[in-house]
Amino acid sequence: MYRVNKYERPETVEACAELLRSSPRSMLIAGNMFLRMSNINIPLAIDLSACGLDYVRKEEDGTIRIGAMCSLRELEVNPLLRGYCTGLISQAAGEIIGVQFRNLATAGASVFSKYGFSDVITPLLAVDARINLFEQGEVSLEEFLRQPLRRDLLTEIILPPCEGAGKFISFRNSAGDFSILNVAVSSAGGRVRIAVGARPARAALAYEAMKLADAGARQEEVAAAAAAELSFGTNMRGSAEYRRALCSVLVERTLTAIGEVE
Amino acid sequence: MQFKININGRSTICEAQPEDSLLEVLRRIGIYSVRSGCETGNCGVCTVWLNGTPVLSCSVPVARAEGQCVTTVEGVSEEAAALVEALSEEGADQCGYCAPGLIMAVLAMKRELSMPDEEGIAHYLNGNLCRCSGYRAQMRAIRKFLCAEK
Repeated sequence: MYRVNKYERPETVEACAELLRSSPRSMLIAGNMFLRMSNINIPLAIDLSACGLDYVRKEEDGTIRIGAMCSLRELEVNPLLRGYCTGLISQAAGEIIGVQFRNLATAGASVFSKYGFSDVITPLLAVDARINLFEQGEVSLEEFLRQPLRRDLLTEIILPPCEGAGKFISFRNSAGDFSILNVAVSSAGGRVRIAVGARPARAALAYEAMKLADAGARQEEVAAAAAAELSFGTNMRGSAEYRRALCSVLVERTLTAIGEVE
Repeated sequence: MQFKININGRSTICEAQPEDSLLEVLRRIGIYSVRSGCETGNCGVCTVWLNGTPVLSCSVPVARAEGQCVTTVEGVSEEAAALVEALSEEGADQCGYCAPGLIMAVLAMKRELSMPDEEGIAHYLNGNLCRCSGYRAQMRAIRKFLCAEK
């Protein structure tokens, strides 16, 4: 466990951001699930749990805003999210370890940390989510994932209005383990977005496959294109070759599932 | 530092560093039913309720529990009695190490879901590992308990 010299639990986002700026070695504490396993000394820990970022709300135009401190369990069970893109984000969140874990882990930390193993980033990428950063302002998740890590405070995740369908499929050695590979596909207004995560690098969109899908290509062709264009790596859970083969299968399964819903 | 936490309905002052885990603090004050297991957020043996919500006490900094209500298995002994009996009758409790965490999770599930089927139970309890029972006996006991409660 880490050690803390000073622990603050501000009640506003502005106060959190001010403290973050005040010390270059200060650290934000959100879900505390990953940070707690570190063995570091933190001069100033800024706990985000009291600053009111645990909301999910829908705007009049159908946009959904998810506060950064919203738990993964909330992503799983919130009625607004269960109804969004046929529950794409809820499906993904519900597969992460156990309920007790999901009650603590937060949406914001999952995204801001850009974890390669994340099951949350993949569906968010598939629906073209945007994020709000306190310093940088609003940016698309796709762009954020390309940027280098910088000190900032993610305040909310913004989901664009979606009338379409979505499907998330992951493949694991056992329930509760990290995904060997995960795939999220959304289909709305004749446009298909295909995201593949846990490659084991962070999630990425399969642009060529998306073009083929929009042009009405067969599912096998789209799936093969996704597997061909993305890079895959090897780790203790699976080899790059295995992941590439899985990618093709999982993309085809998601497309089939979406076809059945539509 | 001192933290005032309502533990099982009783206001308690705990001496701790803010980053100490709730698990450490609870055990330090003698609540040993809250088990220390993997301490990486995976096994579920340290499950307690924080304001009625099941959480992993190994992953909650005690500063976050300040002024909140923490419930351990001692705080739900009456509600848990029938479940304990069912676990015993079905041979679902062997070494018993995971039992308090499992009981807290099952009771939370009962409050949250009306009548989950086997798949729903397995999904909810995915975060409670047991290395003895193989889960089948636990599943029988939980279903028996839920049916009886209904």
